[in-house]
Amino acid sequence: MIYYLCFVLFLIGLYGVCCKKNVVKIILGLWVMEYSVNLFLILLGYRKNGIAPILKKGEDIVEFSQKAVDPLPQALVLTSIVIGLGVLALMVTVAIRLYQRYGTFDITEMKKLKG
Amino acid sequence: MVNLPLFIIIPFGVAFFIPMVSRKVKWVPDVLGNITTFILLVLSLMTLNQEFVYHIGGWHAPFGIVLVLDGLSCLLLVIINLISFMATLFSIEYLEKRFTSKLRYCSLFLLMVGGMNGTVLSGDLFNLFVFMEIASIASYALVGFGCQASELEASFKYLVMGNVASLFILYAVALLYGKTGSLNMADVARILKEIPYDNLIGFAFVLIISGFMVKSALVPFHAWLPDAHPSAPSPISAMLSGVVIKALGVYVIIRLVYNLFGFTPLISQVLIYLGVVSMIVGVCLALLQWDFKRLLAYHSISQIGYVFVGIGLGTPLGILGGIFHLFNHSLFKSLLFLDAGSIEYETGTRDLNRMGLLYKKMPVTSLSTLFASLSISGIPPFNGFWSKLIIILAAIKAGRPVIALWAVIGSILTLSSFTKVCRYALYGKGEKFDREKWEKLNEVPETMIVPLIILSILCFFTGLLLINGENGIFGPVIDVLNGGVLQYIYKVLGS
Amino acid sequence: MNEEKGMSLIVKTVTRWLKGFIFLFGAYIVVFGHLSPGGGFPGGVVFAATFILLTLAFGREYALKKIGKILASELDSLGAILFLLIATLGIYFGGIFFSNFIEKNHPTGNFNLFSAGIIPLCQISIGIKVGASLFMIFIILAVIRVVFEDGKGKLITTEKKDKK
Repeated sequence: MIYYLCFVLFLIGLYGVCCKKNVVKIILGLWVMEYSVNLFLILLGYRKNGIAPILKKGEDIVEFSQKAVDPLPQALVLTSIVIGLGVLALMVTVAIRLYQRYGTFDITEMKKLKG
Repeated sequence: MVNLPLFIIIPFGVAFFIPMVSRKVKWVPDVLGNITTFILLVLSLMTLNQEFVYHIGGWHAPFGIVLVLDGLSCLLLVIINLISFMATLFSIEYLEKRFTSKLRYCSLFLLMVGGMNGTVLSGDLFNLFVFMEIASIASYALVGFGCQASELEASFKYLVMGNVASLFILYAVALLYGKTGSLNMADVARILKEIPYDNLIGFAFVLIISGFMVKSALVPFHAWLPDAHPSAPSPISAMLSGVVIKALGVYVIIRLVYNLFGFTPLISQVLIYLGVVSMIVGVCLALLQWDFKRLLAYHSISQIGYVFVGIGLGTPLGILGGIFHLFNHSLFKSLLFLDAGSIEYETGTRDLNRMGLLYKKMPVTSLSTLFASLSISGIPPFNGFWSKLIIILAAIKAGRPVIALWAVIGSILTLSSFTKVCRYALYGKGEKFDREKWEKLNEVPETMIVPLIILSILCFFTGLLLINGENGIFGPVIDVLNGGVLQYIYKVLGS
Repeated sequence: MNEEKGMSLIVKTVTRWLKGFIFLFGAYIVVFGHLSPGGGFPGGVVFAATFILLTLAFGREYALKKIGKILASELDSLGAILFLLIATLGIYFGGIFFSNFIEKNHPTGNFNLFSAGIIPLCQISIGIKVGASLFMIFIILAVIRVVFEDGKGKLITTEKKDKK
């Protein structure tokens, strides 16, 4: 059930990218999409009543692996958040430069490349 | 046995080393960049005809990350490193005129090359995604490198579409991980064979293929390409059109469709239809253009359509045609973009109407443009002719003559479009031709001529690589694709 | 944009006391990355947060005196090259890329600070790199100030435009 909600969040972000005219709103829509995919990845590793995947001294490994939450999606999400940060920084810089050149944030006004 | 991580360590190491060293000294980025790409080219030529799996850290698959080298990866590595070496040679002089910051250009360029090498070599889904993102981010920054208004707009459009595609891909990787519990491509393939088909797997397949189709600019998803390719500096346009859409787009689709999900008739239909539509739409839109680089960008869409038709047919002859056309397209399209760059360097314009009679003042450039135009239109004995012939023959042999007819129509329209280019730019006069400016033109500097000459010679002689047909040089590539899912699983997991 | 540098006196005093502790907390997250949640990426973000806090509280000249643009760029490249170097040394000592070559020689067992081979070293280099990168992004975006005259179509000048 919660996975469907993640997908709804993804679609909200996609709506923001496709249908909004302001550059900043497009960037926010992309950020919401990114957030929903990261959330989906973390929720995949969840186990009901699980413990954090930190092995303590003297604990049995077999018992631990049956109780712990999956740690692999957590590592994937760390990487993915940093990649998203890099793309966002680039987007914001391009948006600032676009404002310097065109004088507006409206994408319907930026029509220099046609045909 | 070439050390596979070298393809990734060398570009990244030098890309981070250049800003540390070259604040005071001016010529360091050029020299280091060229030496690096040359070393990578030599290394990639040494990997031909080898096949092995490199386990990083000593951990075996599926517990650890693996780097897989097989026939398809070898071919792509040679293409990537050859074109990047040509582009770095070209950009020594080209960047002096309009752009200021060469050290950032070289760093980003090497990051892009390293990212593409990593994509082609990786054997895991998430590793593929990370390297693809590195290469994509570097290319987004390079497209808007000269910060004019139109370039920034093109870069923003490319950024948004590319990022949405990457998010689709990540979503699909997450779905596949949830369904199969593993990220290694061979392992996912093995588990997908065992579990019954679910709608979720179909949904993940559609998401991931759409994401990569945006990256490779197939027709419903091509809207970023005609803006991004003209606005970039010319060596970057050559790289983007000649290598990036192949390494990040077409290669991954081939790998996923043939070695992960399995090739079914439905997928074949989809690829062929989209390929035919790309062919025709690309060429028809290209006929209307008067901007030289925009015309070349539309032709890129059309030629990638040919590659998809060849791959979509599925028969060994069709695969040979598709892969050979991939190889040829990177050669002649990057040659065309480098030519457009030389013409722009000398005349200062990209408008076909303003150029004219260039064959008298710039002989080498016009000769190489002529060679490349004949190649792309499919005139014998250039390489484009052989690959298009094989695709048409494969279509007829597979019992689908209508596709062959569309391919021939596309070829005729391509020929007419390039006749227009040659008439207006090289041998005749444009309508707004300026005689006084024309008198002052001369040929481009030597370091810019060398890549043009090398690529033209390669365009002429590459047809000879087809000797021995399916058992010759392209034999290992066809073997990988024909072997399908089972051979890939056996190669990587070894059981 | 107000001309007075930084924020009010309360913020300045509290920041002056706390900046060492925040930096130490970032270092703690980085170094204990192999034993508890964290590691290079979040630790690097906390490193950068220290300097961003300094910039916000005291104004940009003060923070640029602590770490200039050139030093941040050098640290950035240094972190990445260090990471690649550690991974490449794995080829020489262990025979394969990225192998854990320190693991075999350690006297103390697992669950201690000095265990797990090359992983803490990699975390430290990633922490340096991420911290320097984020701080550089912040000062590049914050140093460019946009002063516009008319809006559409007219020339937009930037004050103190960064040539980087």
